[in-house]
Amino acid sequence: MALHKYLPHTDDSVRQMLEACGVASLDELYADVPAELRLKGKYALPEALAESEIAYAFDSLMRRNLPLVCFAGAGAYDHYTPAAIPAMLSRSEFATAYTPYQPEISQGTLQYIFEYQSMMCSLTGLDVSNASMYDGATATAEAMIMAVNSARKRRRVLVSATLNPATAAVVNTYARYHRIAVEVIPQKDGVTDRAELEMMLGAGDVAGVIVQTPNYRGLLEDLSGWADLIHAAKALLIINTPAIALASVKSQGEWGADIAVGDAQSLGMPLNYGGPYLGYMCTTNALMRKMPGRIVGATTDELGQRVFVLTLQAREQHIRRQKATSNICSNQGIMTLHAAIYMSLMGADGLREVNRISANAAHYLASELQNTGKMKLSNPSKPYLNEFTMTMTDPYTTGQLLDALKQRGILGGVAIDDREVIIAVTEKRTPQEINEYIETVINL
Amino acid sequence: MNRKLYDKLIFDHSCPGRGGYDLPHRIYPDVKLPEDLLRTDTPALPEVDEPTVVRHYTNQSTNNFGVDTGFYPLGSCTMKYNPKINEALAANPAIAGLHPHQPADTVQGALQLYYMLQTMLSEIGGMGEFTLNPFAGAHGELTGLMVIHAYHDSRDDAARTKVIVPDSAHGTNPASAAVAGYEVVEVKSLPDGTVDLDDLRSKLDGTIAAVMLTNPNTVGMFERRIPEIAEAVHAAGALLYYDGANLNPMLGVARPGDMGFDVMHINLHKTFSTPHGGGGPGAGPVGVRKGLEEFLPNPRVVKTDDGRYDIITDSPSALGRISSWLGNYTVFIKAWAYILSLGANGVAKVGPLATLNANYVMHALRDLYLLPIEGPCKHEFVFDGLIDKSTGVTTLNIAKRLLDLGFHAPTIYFPLLFHESLMIEPTETESRETLDAFIAAMRRIAQEAAENPEIVKTAPHDTPARRPDDTEAALHPKVKFADL
Amino acid sequence: MIYYLPTHEYARIEDNIAYIGISKFAAQQLGNVVYVDMPEEGDDVTAGEEFGAIESVKAASDLYSPVSGAVIEINEHLIDNPRLVNEDPEANWIIKVEMNEPADLEKLLSPEAYAELCAKEQH
Repeated sequence: MALHKYLPHTDDSVRQMLEACGVASLDELYADVPAELRLKGKYALPEALAESEIAYAFDSLMRRNLPLVCFAGAGAYDHYTPAAIPAMLSRSEFATAYTPYQPEISQGTLQYIFEYQSMMCSLTGLDVSNASMYDGATATAEAMIMAVNSARKRRRVLVSATLNPATAAVVNTYARYHRIAVEVIPQKDGVTDRAELEMMLGAGDVAGVIVQTPNYRGLLEDLSGWADLIHAAKALLIINTPAIALASVKSQGEWGADIAVGDAQSLGMPLNYGGPYLGYMCTTNALMRKMPGRIVGATTDELGQRVFVLTLQAREQHIRRQKATSNICSNQGIMTLHAAIYMSLMGADGLREVNRISANAAHYLASELQNTGKMKLSNPSKPYLNEFTMTMTDPYTTGQLLDALKQRGILGGVAIDDREVIIAVTEKRTPQEINEYIETVINL
Repeated sequence: MNRKLYDKLIFDHSCPGRGGYDLPHRIYPDVKLPEDLLRTDTPALPEVDEPTVVRHYTNQSTNNFGVDTGFYPLGSCTMKYNPKINEALAANPAIAGLHPHQPADTVQGALQLYYMLQTMLSEIGGMGEFTLNPFAGAHGELTGLMVIHAYHDSRDDAARTKVIVPDSAHGTNPASAAVAGYEVVEVKSLPDGTVDLDDLRSKLDGTIAAVMLTNPNTVGMFERRIPEIAEAVHAAGALLYYDGANLNPMLGVARPGDMGFDVMHINLHKTFSTPHGGGGPGAGPVGVRKGLEEFLPNPRVVKTDDGRYDIITDSPSALGRISSWLGNYTVFIKAWAYILSLGANGVAKVGPLATLNANYVMHALRDLYLLPIEGPCKHEFVFDGLIDKSTGVTTLNIAKRLLDLGFHAPTIYFPLLFHESLMIEPTETESRETLDAFIAAMRRIAQEAAENPEIVKTAPHDTPARRPDDTEAALHPKVKFADL
Repeated sequence: MIYYLPTHEYARIEDNIAYIGISKFAAQQLGNVVYVDMPEEGDDVTAGEEFGAIESVKAASDLYSPVSGAVIEINEHLIDNPRLVNEDPEANWIIKVEMNEPADLEKLLSPEAYAELCAKEQH
């Protein structure tokens, strides 16, 4: 009888190996662990289940979820995942490798990271990309720390009020412990108030400014002139944009940003109840050596072949310890592969098509919802892509709306409060689903 | 692994007019957005069809080495087998489609699994409660230090501005402490690799917020004086942090909570078999002893009195938020399935068998490789290069020669305690035959070093890529296709 | 006159000007230099405090200033060719500082004292 299917040893081999080590029992290998620290009795864990039983237990749990047709966004978007992606991601040679410490036998990982970096640079219009950010929120927090480190002694960071509140919460947490003073730039009609930004910059001591477009409410921010203003104050401009939107809206490079960050989940990554996603970060050549995380570079090997290696490692924790640019110590391997394959399959045209179809459907839904008279666009004069914010007309509430939609199997959006709701539409939403949404509102 | 380099980039396959996508036809009218907010250029992405993409990445994968390819004794990384049922469950479309903003009453199963894993990890760690939210081991360390910071803040104890780490610690420990706003103080190691308790005592005062340790430590030795260390740390008003990088050998043997640790993280991608994914995504759950639960980050999954599960998003005493949502959810599914597969008895076998494998390899090689620290190791051990230093063969040479012989290299030049560190961690999922083959390869390299050192010094000879020019890469960085 | 810090920076003094770089010993220990992070002209430096960093492929160290004063020039050759530091670290200084606190020099090591320190570190 085998010990367990993941554990190859038999009783005999254990005995022989103990003998080779010159000990009588497995216990003797732990003679240095004081008796009072030893585990008493058995773990209070379930008994072992067979694979078929685990699958059954899992399916039973999953049946306790109610799958809903997704009209929610707020940082996570229900775009389609082409089948070729999971097929490639599941290749063991990719999935069961670790950080490419040995470039001679890790060219697979190194190459796809290099491809990913190339594509992200192209999308953001900046010079260099890392491959290490966990998600868009932590990437934004890391960008804030990077700005403060670059500024040497200035420790004020201005954050737009239109930043996704979950991102803002992560930024504030990092700032609290890293002793960075975060101040909020107020909003006006759903977008960042530029006059306020100018005043706050005028007060001096600013290391960086963080703004998101399309912003939390889905609105496109007009950032014309921001880079000049901010650079005049010797601060860095950090722009957060969901990756897929960059194929259509002005990129961080075009706005003159110093650091581009955001979540790459919108590149066809499954919602997966919140993760794993992928954060991206790109910056300028000037700031390359201040950037956190792993970077892959091209070089040649001794045969003259073009090969790839982890490079610029002197920034990192294994060399710099407490003086590193970040504590991050790996690359988000398989998620960067997902992003690279998605962008390869879609190309620039495909990404723009996804945005076009999603935006058209979103605008149709918004206008039909206005026609019901029960809700109206919160910021009707402001442009948006595929996500928009609506205000309920009295006496309707967002609670009522979302409950009624849930009865029809629809996740109707993300409520800001009792009155406002953010709704996102992707290319996956069918006309039937969109009509169902509208009918539900008509029948409220 | 393919021994020939597949050197094409996806951009090399690009051809104008090709594409690898199709999209549904929709009848809605086209929207006109203001031109000045739109992108003016076309991003330079490749134009390729689906068969080309699939063949390209399949070929790339053959130039990679994973646990499924061969033995991967990378010290401190616990490269154990990644079970396939875990992957099958995590790929379930029922999870793929769940938006993190779905209301709690529509995700009761998902929350229950989170809660079950949290509870099982608490049992294994001897802790009061775990958050699964941190995205990685380093993120777990940062979160754990923030818990400690929030705890001291709650007592208005602002004088604690420093964190103590051993000089043998992984670089992430001091780096995490710095991100969490702490100054780093190093404590010395004794010749046997354990913490110098006298040096530690001399540094413990009212300015110390925490002491970070791994146990067993980075040289694979158990800190047997851990009860005294814990007592000294607590007497000074500081908290004791357990870096879970080396938890694997403790499964079935001892729990960090019982050793006196207050806060810990676990790398699910090490101890709990979730794949390393070429570097990520992993997960770094953080556990705290009873009494510190309130400081765990938002959002937090709780079980209500009526047996349902809920999400707390705004607990005021929480350290704040370190993630938008509940972390890398599909990684939790894999760790959950792994624990259920082994069960209470199987989990308890993991530690001793991992330790057996490490000791077996150590004993079989110690006549040729320099063992700087005597005594049974735990899950891993460190050689300080070959015993015979006269050949000039270095640890780097040995590592590269192993690649020729079909093995991944151990961790090299870490820990920093020795000049020629070669850190070997075999894990419990390797058979005796695999270990014997590795031992034979290491013995062969020692023999080559003595008889024909050039073959070792010029290795690798039989890998798809050969020794790269790292200096050129750092001197003139080429970090994207356009730079080539 | 040339003086050293125990962190291996030198200050070669000509009148009121200090040419600051890293010692031969430090350059050897570091290996192939790939990047030198320098301050800007006009920045102030303070004796004993960081003014930049120097990187090789597998190591990095912060650069500490032996003296206080204003940076009047940075060695721009090092931007394109950081390996000059390896070739001749004392000829290829990193920054040129106009000193405002000559008493700083009293706290620095003489060439003899510094040589002794290096001899110790090698063992």
